[in-house]
Amino acid sequence: MSDDAAQAYALGDRVRIVDLAKPGHVRTPIYARGKIGVIDHCCGSFENPENRAYGRVGRERIPLYRVRLRQRELWPDYDGAAEDTLVLEVYHHWLRPA
Amino acid sequence: MTDHSEHEHDHDHDHDHDHGHDHAHAPHPVREDHDLELSYGEAKFLALKGLLIEKGVVTADEIRRRLEINDRGTPHQGARMVARAWLDPAFKARMLENAKAAARELSIDVTEAELMAIENTPACHNLIVCTLCSCYPRSLLGEPPAWYVSKAYRSRAVREPRKVLREFGLTFPDSVEVRVHDSNADLRYIVLPMRPEGTEALGEAELAALVSRDCLVGAALPGLTT
Repeated sequence: MSDDAAQAYALGDRVRIVDLAKPGHVRTPIYARGKIGVIDHCCGSFENPENRAYGRVGRERIPLYRVRLRQRELWPDYDGAAEDTLVLEVYHHWLRPA
Repeated sequence: MTDHSEHEHDHDHDHDHDHGHDHAHAPHPVREDHDLELSYGEAKFLALKGLLIEKGVVTADEIRRRLEINDRGTPHQGARMVARAWLDPAFKARMLENAKAAARELSIDVTEAELMAIENTPACHNLIVCTLCSCYPRSLLGEPPAWYVSKAYRSRAVREPRKVLREFGLTFPDSVEVRVHDSNADLRYIVLPMRPEGTEALGEAELAALVSRDCLVGAALPGLTT
């Protein structure tokens, strides 16, 4: 994970939210998986909730980002303005450059 | 209210009718308590709480203290921040930079890891939701409204936000971007609404009174629904 943390994303970078198909407590909603957006905000580093949920606390902190997507990227039949967006929080290991 | 009036009409007696005093005379309708049996969720909660305490993961005192923090939270604290931001551009800038630190300036102790203020503008209206559970800045705003934790809101706010907003009485032209914020991980959010027109003469307390709880998640606009 340490080299993951080294190659951080920057504001405005295009990213794809990947589907790690990881069981258990994960905080990447299914509706956003596979979708492309841009880095809207670098939130700093937090302990991975995928560890914390199982009592594994005090481990390394990983970067968290706010990723902004067009609603029409999320929902092709979105009923609203083309400019409407959604921003959600995604941990570094769920992101790939796009 | 209906219960109360039925209660009063059920019997005629001339003494003052206080709630909670003993009626020696019968017959008197009895209202059953609703907490005689545990619901599934309550039983699960108590079992889990007992296990966590028994295993030394948390103490009963820690749970009580956390509940007290949530009880201290109230939408009025958020409204105070908004009113101050409207009056003091420097405070507003600090609030947008670091809302938790800005809250501390007003002696409001936000215990969540991060608090982010999201500003409504003429070009963009913001709506907050937590699709995964019910994340909400409880230490600042108290417990969230029931609709905020409902599955209907959590699923629909991301899928059809304009329709949801219309149901709250808010309609925006397509020229205004509607931006939904999913509070799905470590950050918590407060919406900084736009100051309504015609409020130039109002002081901080009067301005704060315009900002309802729902304004702070983007489901209402100041002054319209309070």
